[in-house]
This record gives sequence, structure tokens and C-alpha cells, in this order.
Amino acid sequence: MQVRSMHFKAAASQKLADRRLQDALRKTQGKFVAGRAQAILELENFDEIRDAARRIRDRVLEHLDLYLEQFERNATARGAVVHWAENAEEANRIICDIARVHGVKKAAKSKSMVSEECALNDALEAAGVQVVETDLGEYILQLANEPPSHIVAPVVHKSKDEISDLFERHHQRARKESVPDLCREAREVLRPHFLSADMGISGANFIVAETGSTLIVTNEGNGRLCTTMPRVHVAITGIEKVVPTLEDVTTLLRLLPRSATGQSITNYVSVTTGVRAPGEEDGPEHFHIVLVDNGRSRLLGTDFQAMLRCIRCGACMNHCPVYQTIGGHAYGWVYPGPMGSILTPSYVGIENALDLPNASTLCNQCGVVCPVKIPLPELQRKLREKQVERRLRPWTERLALRLWAYAAAQPEIYSLGARLAARMLRRMGGSERLIHRLPPGASGWTQGRDMPAPEGKTFHELYRQRSAGR
Amino acid sequence: MRVGLFVTCLVDLMRPRIGFAAITLLESAGCEVVFPETQTCCGQPAYNSGDREAAQLLARKVLREFRHCDYVVAPSGSCSGMIREHFPELFRGEPEYEDMRGLAARTFELTDFLVNRARLGDVPGRFDGVVTYHDSCAGLREMGVKHQPRQLLAKVAGLQLKEMERSETCCGFGGTFSIKYGEISAKLADNKCQDVQASGADALVLGDLGCMLNIEGRLRRMGDHKTRVLHVAEVLAGIEGE
Repeated sequence: MQVRSMHFKAAASQKLADRRLQDALRKTQGKFVAGRAQAILELENFDEIRDAARRIRDRVLEHLDLYLEQFERNATARGAVVHWAENAEEANRIICDIARVHGVKKAAKSKSMVSEECALNDALEAAGVQVVETDLGEYILQLANEPPSHIVAPVVHKSKDEISDLFERHHQRARKESVPDLCREAREVLRPHFLSADMGISGANFIVAETGSTLIVTNEGNGRLCTTMPRVHVAITGIEKVVPTLEDVTTLLRLLPRSATGQSITNYVSVTTGVRAPGEEDGPEHFHIVLVDNGRSRLLGTDFQAMLRCIRCGACMNHCPVYQTIGGHAYGWVYPGPMGSILTPSYVGIENALDLPNASTLCNQCGVVCPVKIPLPELQRKLREKQVERRLRPWTERLALRLWAYAAAQPEIYSLGARLAARMLRRMGGSERLIHRLPPGASGWTQGRDMPAPEGKTFHELYRQRSAGR
Repeated sequence: MRVGLFVTCLVDLMRPRIGFAAITLLESAGCEVVFPETQTCCGQPAYNSGDREAAQLLARKVLREFRHCDYVVAPSGSCSGMIREHFPELFRGEPEYEDMRGLAARTFELTDFLVNRARLGDVPGRFDGVVTYHDSCAGLREMGVKHQPRQLLAKVAGLQLKEMERSETCCGFGGTFSIKYGEISAKLADNKCQDVQASGADALVLGDLGCMLNIEGRLRRMGDHKTRVLHVAEVLAGIEGE
């Protein structure tokens, strides 16, 4: 997917003015936040489960090579073929080759964010394969030719009316207005594709080292159709998704749906192990698993390794005040919100996403809800440090910070500056005691609010006066 | 016990009366309050802007200035959070690490200190009206400040507390974020103001200057000159201004 994160500010500004988006975000956020809050109450020891989950993920990341090799051995023993892709191009090439070898004309695809990273659909279409997204949200986006704006609810930015319009235009049927009618129509259109597809493409929420299985959690059942009906199944996922045992998966599954959608469990949890065995009635004849690095291994052993614990629940964005105000598209790449503010610069280059780690109030609501306790604000701050180290901040900002830090280290100079500022700002506030316009450098503040004026004297001054008078 | 007041750079510049309110409260709880006069800023703007070196410089300065105090108390969750949560992290693996951990362990947010350490009895303040309380991010999520200010406000004669919706959601201040991303920041402040107004409170009470200036600034820009915005220390000490 093309990276547009450098246009964050302009995009955010546009999204703030988008009424429909604002309404859509408000509607869904309440549901997700309340849903999670309710769902975690079912667990008496939610926090202990989080710690256990974190330990599982940390153990994997400490020994990633070992678990991946174990996974490959066990998957291969059950008839799957494991492919290793260093980057997006390699992943696409591998999958296009598989399609060619098997004479694939049509692929039915369930949701996969890694395939978005790779822009897999574009590559397959270019290779002459028709790709049909079968997750309802992703299907809608395919019709609209838009990227997802949320990792779990990809179409969260669209209203029902927009979807009615899209379906009417593309399906050439009478306009449907209600959600059940829209779903039924999508199902009717999609069913024949599952039956006629030569290839099913899925992602994987987890891959299990001890069994060589891939696992997906879904609510619509399309994932199960994609992984069992077509004769070729390709699962594409990131190398960090490996988990040692099925037992470990059950721990993670107690957290994932609760944190994501507020469900105790999703409608489907599909574990796919190997190819169709002799005598079995369903399952693919060929099973290819494509494990994508695409920047992940670079994070191992760095401050950012913790980010690889992520299980893609989306709780961080559901609870992020910034995401909830501008939506996912403004972030400019596959992963939006707090997790995206770390993953995007990590995968596509710090210099290509300068705004993302800075466009956060560091309120830590994301860190508090993260099921695997990723210290997201701390990582955002570390990326800011990297920007400073690599001199990627504007010189004006660097100079201002340096001057301020110099002054703050010299009490006399600082106190003189503070006294002057207190008086100047007091005067600027006039009789209303409100400053409507701050000078360049601070004018961002007064774009949308006033600055209450100071009292006029500093605490230091008044304290000294008071001490003298005592 | 000897309590060093870390007044914070924003109180120093913008609302000195909050510093005096803090002194009043600490003294009425029986503390000896000292104010190291060379203090400036905890360094958080540098730390959050990625300038680790400048942050370390200022952290060392705070350590020196408050070395002789049993406790360090700040009328801010954000600045006390900087000292308690982030100073040690800034010096991990360096000689000052243990000293910073010591300083961190002695540092408190004002209302937390008043309730859990100083065990303040009666409060001098009186307030006739309904207030609502905004939980600032660092106070709540770094310092565990939630019930302490409410417990103290309950002692203020005449005051009635009415909770607003989403009191724990960020107001959008975020330090330099409020200037760098002014538009997003103002929108978050706007959301907060709507919740404040919907609560029907006469005043919004909170414990951090950044949030205070942000929310008050947005309320006034929206044309609301009626809803007062007050620091919890002012209300408790009964010296809220004009």
C-alpha cells in the first residue's frame, strides 16, 4: 500500500471537517468502548491474563527463530508448504507464482491486513487473477476502491446510506435500506464466488508452532469458506504471529475478541491444519503459508520489540481520542491509531511518517487497554527521540527547545523571562483576560481556542514578596 | 514533615494563586512547606519532544533542589508524574539512577499527598454551587489520582459534585501537541467542553494547568463565559480568584 503518512496534517484537517465521518466515528466508538468494558468484567483475573499473554508473546519474540522453524516443520509434515518473504514484493511474487502454477483465475479472500501491507490484490490483478474480498467490510471497500480505516472494522468510516448507494450502483438491484437486506444481498452476490474460486486467501491471527496450524477469528463465516472450499488455500501473515502451543492460543483468545469488539468469543474460530487428507471431504488440496517479514525482524532486540507483541485487536484505536476524531485514513498507511504510529514509521521509515508519533497527547488510554500491555506512549516518545537524534525535526523547533532548555537551567534568566512573559501576556489579554491570537510559533493554540491570560506576576515574585513581608 | 513545593512552570507563569493555595492546604495539614527558589521546570516539554539530553539536565537540577525535602509535592499530575514515572527511566544504567528512584518515591501529586500522606482533616474552602471533575491523563493513569480530589471536594461546604460523561477522556492538551496539532487539539477540547456543559455544572474543577488553560480557552472561544474553570487546590483552599 502506498504510504501517505507525510500528508497527515492536511488529511486530518479534512477529516475534522467531514460531518459524515464524525457521525460515523461517534456511533461506533461508544459501542466498542462500552463493549470491551462490559466484556472484561466477565473475567475475574483480566489483568493476570494480560500478564500471561504478554509473557507468551515475549517468549516467542525472544526465540522467534526457534518457534518459526518448529512451525515450518510441523506445517510441512502435514502437507502445507511454508514460504518466507522478506518484503512485500517477495510475498506478492510468491503468491502470484502459486496462482500461476495452479492455473488460478479467481481468488476468494478473507480479511488480511498483511495483504494490505503488500498490496496483494493489485499484484494478483496484474497477474490476471480476479480477487474477490469476502469480508463484508472489505467487500464494501473493494467496491468503493478505498483502503480500510480500521483494522477490525475496516469500513467504520462509512455510513449505511453510502453502502446502499454503492450496492445499488454495483449490483444493479433495487436499493436496499436496512442492514439485514444489505447483508442478504452481499451474501447472495458473494456465495457463487466461494464456489467458483480456485484459490482462497486468508490471513492468520495466530500460527501455532506445535501443530503447524494457522488460525483465524471471524464473525461472518466467510473465512471458513475461503480456507476450505477452493482447491488452493494461501494464508499470508507476519512472522511475529507465531504462538508456541494451542494452550497459549486459548489464553490469547480470551483477550482478543473481548478487547476488539467486546465479544467473549467470535462467531468462528477456525484452525486450519494441513491439506485435505485421503478420505476427508473438505479442505484444500494445496495449502501454502506465506510468512512475511517486511520490517518486523528489524525491531527485534530494539526498544521497539514490544510492539511485535501486538495481537491486532484495535482496542488502542477504539480508545484513542485522536483516532476517534480524525479516523484511520489520515494516518496514511495500513495501520492507524496508536499501533500505527509505531508500526508505520518502523516499517516504512521514520522519515516517511514524521507526524505519526508526534500526533498524540500521550494520554496513555491506549496503553491502559492494550491486552498485551504494549507501552504505546513510551514507544511514541522513543520515536520522537529518534527523530531528534537523526535531526529530522524542523530547525525552528530544535532551536526553540534548546533556548528554552538553556533558560530553564539558569534560574535568573528563566525568572526574568517568566516575569516578562507574565506581564506581556497579561497585557495581551486585555480586560477580558483572554488572548485571541498568539504570535507565530504558538498560533496553533489560538486557531481553535483562546488562551486565558496570566495573573500578571509570577509565583516566584509573589513568594519573595510574601516572604519579605512576613 | 518537610514538604518541598514543586510549583510547576505553568502555575508560576499563569496562575500563582494555585501555588499559594497548595501552601495553605499543606500547612493546614501540618506540613512544613519549603519552596526552593531556583526551581524552573521538570523538563517534560523536552522529554516529550524527544530531547532526552535537555530532559536529563533539568531532572538533575530538580534532584539537587529537592534533595533536602522529605517529600516533593506538585499541584499537577503531569509534572509529578514526570518526576515519579520518568526521571528514573531517564537515568537507567547511569550513576544517578538510585538517587532518581529515591526522588521518585518521595514525589506526590497534591491531592494524593493530602489524602494519603498528610491526612488532611477539614478544608478551608467553601463553594456554593455544582462542580464537575475532569481527570487529567497523567494524574489518573500515571499517579492513580481518582478518588483523592473527590474525597477532598466532598469536604468543601456548599459544594455539590456532579460527574460528567467521559471524565477520563483526554482534553486534547498534550503539551506541545496543543500547538503542533492545534486543530485536532481544539477539537478534543471541544468534545470535553460539550461534556462539561452537558453536566450542567457551574464550574469545572481539575488538577492540572495544561488541561485548565486548554478547556477554559475553548469554553471562552465557544462563547461560554459562564462556566468557571478552577484548580482543585483553589477550591479546597477557598481562594479561587475572580
